[in-house]
Amino acid sequence: MYDGGKIIPGLIIFVLFITFPIWYNRGNAGTVPQPELPKNYKQCVLPDADMRAEHMQLLNRWRDQVLRTGDRSFDVKIGDTMYQKSLMNTCMQCHTSKKKFCDRCHTYASVKPYCWDCHVAPVE
Amino acid sequence: MFEKALKGNKYYWMWLAFLGTFMAIAAFCYVRQFNYGLGLTGMSRDVSWGLYISQFTFLVGVAAGGVMLVLPYYVHNYKAFGRITILGEFLAISALLMCLSFIVVDLGQPMRMLNVILHAQPRSMLFYDMIVLNGYLFLNILCGWVILTAERKEVKPPKWIYFFVYLSIPFAVSIHTVTAMLYCGLPGRHFWLSAIVAPRFLASAFAAGPALIVVVALILKRVANFDVGKKALDKLATIILYAALTNMFFVGLEFFVAYYSNIPGHIHTIEYLFFGLEHDGHVYNNLVPFMRMFVLLFVVGVALLSIPYTRRQSDFWLGAGCTALFISLWLDKGIGFVLGGFVPNPLNEITEYYPTANEIFIALGIWAMGFFVLTILYKIAIGVEHEIEA
Amino acid sequence: MSREGGYIQMDKKRRDFLKIAGATTLAGLGGPAVVERLVTGTSPAQARAGHGEHPVAHGAKTHTAASGHEDNNAPTGRRLGMVVDLRKLRKQPELMEKIVHACHAEHNVPHFPNKKDEIKWIWRTKFENAFPEHSDYYKDKLTIAGDVLVLCNHCDEPPCVKACPTRATFKNKDGIVAMDYHRCIGCRFCMAACPYGSRSFNWRDPRAGLDMNHINHRFPTRMRGVVEKCNFCAERVGLGKQPKCVEVCGSTKAMIFGDLNDPDSEIRQVLKDNFTIQRKPSAGTHPSVFYIV
Repeated sequence: MYDGGKIIPGLIIFVLFITFPIWYNRGNAGTVPQPELPKNYKQCVLPDADMRAEHMQLLNRWRDQVLRTGDRSFDVKIGDTMYQKSLMNTCMQCHTSKKKFCDRCHTYASVKPYCWDCHVAPVE
Repeated sequence: MFEKALKGNKYYWMWLAFLGTFMAIAAFCYVRQFNYGLGLTGMSRDVSWGLYISQFTFLVGVAAGGVMLVLPYYVHNYKAFGRITILGEFLAISALLMCLSFIVVDLGQPMRMLNVILHAQPRSMLFYDMIVLNGYLFLNILCGWVILTAERKEVKPPKWIYFFVYLSIPFAVSIHTVTAMLYCGLPGRHFWLSAIVAPRFLASAFAAGPALIVVVALILKRVANFDVGKKALDKLATIILYAALTNMFFVGLEFFVAYYSNIPGHIHTIEYLFFGLEHDGHVYNNLVPFMRMFVLLFVVGVALLSIPYTRRQSDFWLGAGCTALFISLWLDKGIGFVLGGFVPNPLNEITEYYPTANEIFIALGIWAMGFFVLTILYKIAIGVEHEIEA
Repeated sequence: MSREGGYIQMDKKRRDFLKIAGATTLAGLGGPAVVERLVTGTSPAQARAGHGEHPVAHGAKTHTAASGHEDNNAPTGRRLGMVVDLRKLRKQPELMEKIVHACHAEHNVPHFPNKKDEIKWIWRTKFENAFPEHSDYYKDKLTIAGDVLVLCNHCDEPPCVKACPTRATFKNKDGIVAMDYHRCIGCRFCMAACPYGSRSFNWRDPRAGLDMNHINHRFPTRMRGVVEKCNFCAERVGLGKQPKCVEVCGSTKAMIFGDLNDPDSEIRQVLKDNFTIQRKPSAGTHPSVFYIV
């Protein structure tokens, strides 16, 4: 190969560089984030696994229903109480600490949702 | 064909480096603006569109001006434009890239710009603006590239390209008509609410675009050994002259309608732009020098393009006349038209607009980017011409 | 010979071009009108009812539960409106201050010292600024001395909604011209379109102009880069409450709020009993805010 003496080592360095995140931690994904669950409430809008996977889709659905369709009814059942479809006025009433709940997983996954630019996080 | 842009003398590289410096400064300034918000500009609640959108409006005209070369050459077989048409098409590409950049830097939430496609609103003129601007950009890239490649291979261009060439003509008219419709359909802004806005835009475009092409062609004759021919330049000067005169005629009509009808909504903005507007004991007139310069440069430019000696016998004076007209039209459309529409505001209050340094550097950087792209594209086109002449 | 052939070639090309140009022009002229008919489902003169937000398929009606009839002419659904009694407000400038303050506090509207960055949803201004189409020649003492409260008119034919390229501002089913801050790209076309200057843009992070310890925690702030304006307290109205400004007026009845489409509502009665004017009627926007002068 022409200039092989430069290309092969270059390729190897490139591959090592690109796969850095994989081999640097040697397969260890770090400690699993433990969001602090609210103390007084046992149930959420959806079962835990569904919430973890789909809470953004749920919030987007709520946003369209509340804002665009104008449906502000209290039709979210958690336990025995009916709540509005609202991030600030429903979700954050139970999950009162953004730092101890939301940020735990978001920081781990390096996700920066801009919801909090507008929706006011509860005072900590 | 891009390799043609990689070979140049030291002046070529110095020019590109000069432009690149401004682009780098603009990138830095834009990062500042992105992080803080558009508050870093001089725009306010009352003057909510400023330098960026005014440059966009002017440059859409410059892009549309390319049609004044394509139409005679492809439809009317005016062979004298043979060497200059590619300059018009490539100028359109560069101007459109500048337009799109100005829109992006003006957005409050640029990351969401695809919402215009994802949640399209066909009743909004901005939707059509997006379609025709991108469509015309694509058409010019396609036509310019294919035809230049054919020329390089010294064959006739493929028949199918003519469909796109002909399509680019109504597109050119439509980009500026749609941009004019952004303004002339708004019920709250009396200065813009006039049917003559679209014709005025087109007239101004057909003068400004070719004026820039003439100046660049004269420069290319000197630095790149590329001569488009006296006949082409003379015909273009005719087109520019008539278009500029038509534009001034339309501006004159606006004056007539405003002052003869005496309707305050029509008069106030023209008064503010050309004479200064007195309101609550204070005279607002920060744009008056610009508008007076518009008129002065127009007269100078028209004179230089009419007098046979300056127009035909002297490259310098022809270039000077076209430069004067280009700046004059930039003042008319960029500064006067867009900024004037916001004064007075819908509650008859006045807020004046002063761009900030950050804003000016971003605008300069985008202009530099446009000229950068233009230089590279012209280098390729001229490189091909020299290759086939050899 | 070849010259002739060339001309025939050119004639054919010119003919082709004219065909394409003609077709494109027809499409261009007719297109928007066709789309308009399809989107609204009615002829433009009849498009008066409060449309639901989601796109209406042609021929379909609005999605309101209230009316069952398919009559194109009668207005359907709620159309919320407001009457501002300037006779009462002029006598109580402190009430006007209270109204502005209450609205801005309820909705976390920031305050910036630099007028350039100003954001306001409702504010006081002079008569000749609020009603530039009305004569201010030899006005009476009270009008000259007093202020007028201005806010978004929640027009029935809002130019801002037509202008928005992303439907971030839209008319909801109650006739309120609402803002979706999630979708706004900050192009400010709506600000140029509004004939009343009702809209403000967040030129910077609004939280810099708010005391974050004293905000309304049940309502979000906005972010930089989006346009905002009065929303007729859609979040309160949706729960059956009155807008904050109307609530602050209390028993003075300086501001009346209700359904303009309901012939038996209080607001319709007030409109029947009092002479009212509107801002810039010649703009054809059919505002929902009326003023008793």
